[in-house]
Amino acid sequence: MVLLSPAFGFMLVALLVPFGILLLMSLWTAQGFGFDTSLTLDNYRQLLERPIYGALMERSLSISGSVTIATVILCYPMAYYVAFHVHRNKMIWLVFITLPFWTSYLLRVFAWKVVLGYEGVINSGLMSLGLIEAPLEFLLYSQSAVVITLAHAWAAFAILPLYVSLEKIDKSLLEAATDLGDGPVARFMRITLPLSLPGVISASLLIFIPTTGDYITPALLGGPDGAMIGNLIQKQFGPINNWPMGATLAIVLMLCIAVVSGIFILLTMLVRRRIS
Amino acid sequence: MSGRGFNKPSRSLRLYSLIFLFVLYVPVLFLPLFSFNDSIYVKFPLTGFTFEWYGELFEREPVWNALMNSLKVGISVSVLSTVMGIFAAKAITRYRFPGRGPAVGFIMLPLVVPLIIFGVALLVLFSRMGVSLSLYTVAMGHLIVCLPFSVATLIPRFEGFDKSVEEASSDLGENAFWTFWRVTLPMVFPGVVASLILTFTVSFDEFIMAFFLSGSEPTLPMYIWGQLRFPKEFPSILALSSIIIAVSFLLIFISQWINRGAHVTSVKGD
Amino acid sequence: MTQNAFISVRNIDKHFGAFQAVNGASIDIGHGEFFSLLGPSGCGKTTLLRMLAGFEAPSSGEILIDGQPMTDVPPNLRPVNMVFQNYAIFPHLSVRDNIAYGLRKQKLSREKRYEMVDEMLDLIKLPGYGERRSHELSGGQRQRIALARALILRPKVLLLDEPLGALDKQLREQMQLELRALQQTVGITFVFVTHDQEEALTLSDRIAVMSGGHVLQIDTPRGLYEAPNSRKVASFIGTMNFFDAQVLGAEGGHFVVETQGLGKLRVPSAGRNLAPGDKVEVAIRPEKLTLSDHKPDQSDGAVSGELENAAYLGERSHYFVRLPGVEQPVAVSAQNSEGATSQVNANTHTWLNWSESAIVLIGKE
Repeated sequence: MVLLSPAFGFMLVALLVPFGILLLMSLWTAQGFGFDTSLTLDNYRQLLERPIYGALMERSLSISGSVTIATVILCYPMAYYVAFHVHRNKMIWLVFITLPFWTSYLLRVFAWKVVLGYEGVINSGLMSLGLIEAPLEFLLYSQSAVVITLAHAWAAFAILPLYVSLEKIDKSLLEAATDLGDGPVARFMRITLPLSLPGVISASLLIFIPTTGDYITPALLGGPDGAMIGNLIQKQFGPINNWPMGATLAIVLMLCIAVVSGIFILLTMLVRRRIS
Repeated sequence: MSGRGFNKPSRSLRLYSLIFLFVLYVPVLFLPLFSFNDSIYVKFPLTGFTFEWYGELFEREPVWNALMNSLKVGISVSVLSTVMGIFAAKAITRYRFPGRGPAVGFIMLPLVVPLIIFGVALLVLFSRMGVSLSLYTVAMGHLIVCLPFSVATLIPRFEGFDKSVEEASSDLGENAFWTFWRVTLPMVFPGVVASLILTFTVSFDEFIMAFFLSGSEPTLPMYIWGQLRFPKEFPSILALSSIIIAVSFLLIFISQWINRGAHVTSVKGD
Repeated sequence: MTQNAFISVRNIDKHFGAFQAVNGASIDIGHGEFFSLLGPSGCGKTTLLRMLAGFEAPSSGEILIDGQPMTDVPPNLRPVNMVFQNYAIFPHLSVRDNIAYGLRKQKLSREKRYEMVDEMLDLIKLPGYGERRSHELSGGQRQRIALARALILRPKVLLLDEPLGALDKQLREQMQLELRALQQTVGITFVFVTHDQEEALTLSDRIAVMSGGHVLQIDTPRGLYEAPNSRKVASFIGTMNFFDAQVLGAEGGHFVVETQGLGKLRVPSAGRNLAPGDKVEVAIRPEKLTLSDHKPDQSDGAVSGELENAAYLGERSHYFVRLPGVEQPVAVSAQNSEGATSQVNANTHTWLNWSESAIVLIGKE
């Protein structure tokens, strides 16, 4: 207990106290350069009344929802391959898959800007090959640019929980299913997929939650159509200088994530019961 | 021969995986590619090979300052986070106590909360406490980010060896401190080194927390962010980014390699 | 037997890289037989079973089941089902869904399926267990459910991979009896893999003894025990005393041999073709030897020796007798029945007696 206390105590202080103050501040209002510290739900009311907030929140959730679905679907076969078809050097595969995840997020986003930019790799490459006349404009500053970049940035992280849950599946269960008459597809649907659902759930949450609040990617690649709620929060603490509103948005973002994640977990549990 | 086909290696799956890996690395590899390009514009066709952008970096005082700032923060964060992580991992794996599960979950929390929320929450806290933003506040933020990685790296190491080895040491007359020093620490040492390198790299590369919490002294990622507004700075930023990415890859690869025995189970963050 | 064998394993080889797991195995198994593959671990018995199931493909040779070549039939389409060593109960399914797992393709109504599952649950004596989950089951219950899950599909052959290995001794003995009774009830051919010779003897109609990838002998339990064809088989099943010997001549269905330790003996020739001067071995089971204080009046053979050691084991005792010119002491096993001469002291003179029919002739390897 004594041993745990430094780490635990630090987290307690570093997480709970700021959250408390954040919550408190969301009940204040901005007044010039200072705050009106009388408690009011004014910020929350504004949030409901002005459609821009709701729209931005909705867009954030739908962008990170798309990112989550795309990433999990793209990563699953990769994790499956390493878990079932790589017999030697599994470790090397895993290291190479996860390596990019640990390197600077900012630089990886920057790299995509270089790739997708107006005069970036794709456009200038295609143009010098003579395949297109003018740069393709939809690549940069769009929601799809944000989705591609986020999916790419988080893919390495999604692989790990998927891999762990697939690796844990006892191979004799697969043999038993085959022995009882299942072909490869039926076996996958009836045994492999349901048994790897915990990994799918953790991978989904591990992607969905951080990407919903992301602001670097939209700021660098999203343009006006690709802005997310994170950008607005950042602006409230920066140029707009309305901290109480920023605090309110952060609190609401957390609530939204919690609700969506909760619904998602419930749904997967229902599906799981249906399968079995 | 389909009778042979139960565990047949799948060609298409292998091809998919190789493409996957390729796509994972390619965007990042464009940074070094263009950093050697003899043109101020980051576009094809390449015009010529040059070290000019790298040379120019060495002339810039702000780059050196930012590097020193990042090193200061990175080293202190990695040491603090690893030391806390060792104690936490030992407590988590060796003792059963009420509330153990939730306590672990709480430490892992930063893995599943958007960092922007931690960033603004700490910003609000510091400003209310009248603490001015500095490298200390950045380090504080990075510690939150790094501690879960330390704990997740170290737990499998502690789980990986038998408690009776420690008991044997105390049976042979060593007290708790010397048992830890002579038995426990050497056995978890690969995990400790991996945690130090990993957390250093995470802190060194971290941007989101630094964005909200740094004052007048920028870290390297903050410096890069500042320069991104100026297209004419792109080539030197590419050179700087290439160096950072190369060093990060190398460090992470070393840390994962040292700790390879525990890699698979080190993902407890779910 | 080759013509009407139900399962025919023909000259199967199996290589894993440089390692040869199965070497020229040929086995015929009759319909409705309880057939065991017996041997130490690594002898190739499990590999052979997995080739029957279709999880491994033979490197060369052929397997026929009910006259059909199995080479191109994938495991999911073979008329065989398997009980796995660890039972492989699906953890995400209830007992009922586990047992009904293979019925999917038969497109039965839910009622019909449940009815069939309930019948199986009755058969394996676990009525009312349908809703349980695998983690709520004991080892013995899992084993029965694995059996039910395979048997509900009415396979032509049931393959069992050491299914009793994970159970404790008492439960294992009980399950042996149940398994034998179950096989007789359902009348399905069982192919059973085990390394436990007692288990194989108890359960099987016939046994194939394997070692190092080779099939050494295929016979009934009695045949294997009474007439092992090699030193390996003889020593793997039960205990055996061996003596070097040399053929002196043939004499009306018998060979006369000069043995080291037991003197001149007449042994049944059992169809063997041996010439005078050939080196052979003769063997005799410890329980077929008796001890006596004096040279017996009536006996096919007797030699005297020194009683070296005795071990009391409750229902029986083991004695070790040193014979002149024999390196290993000869083991003798005697029932400790009422009135038996159980009081034998070590280092005393004793006589070893046997009857001629108990001597087994084994070719020199």
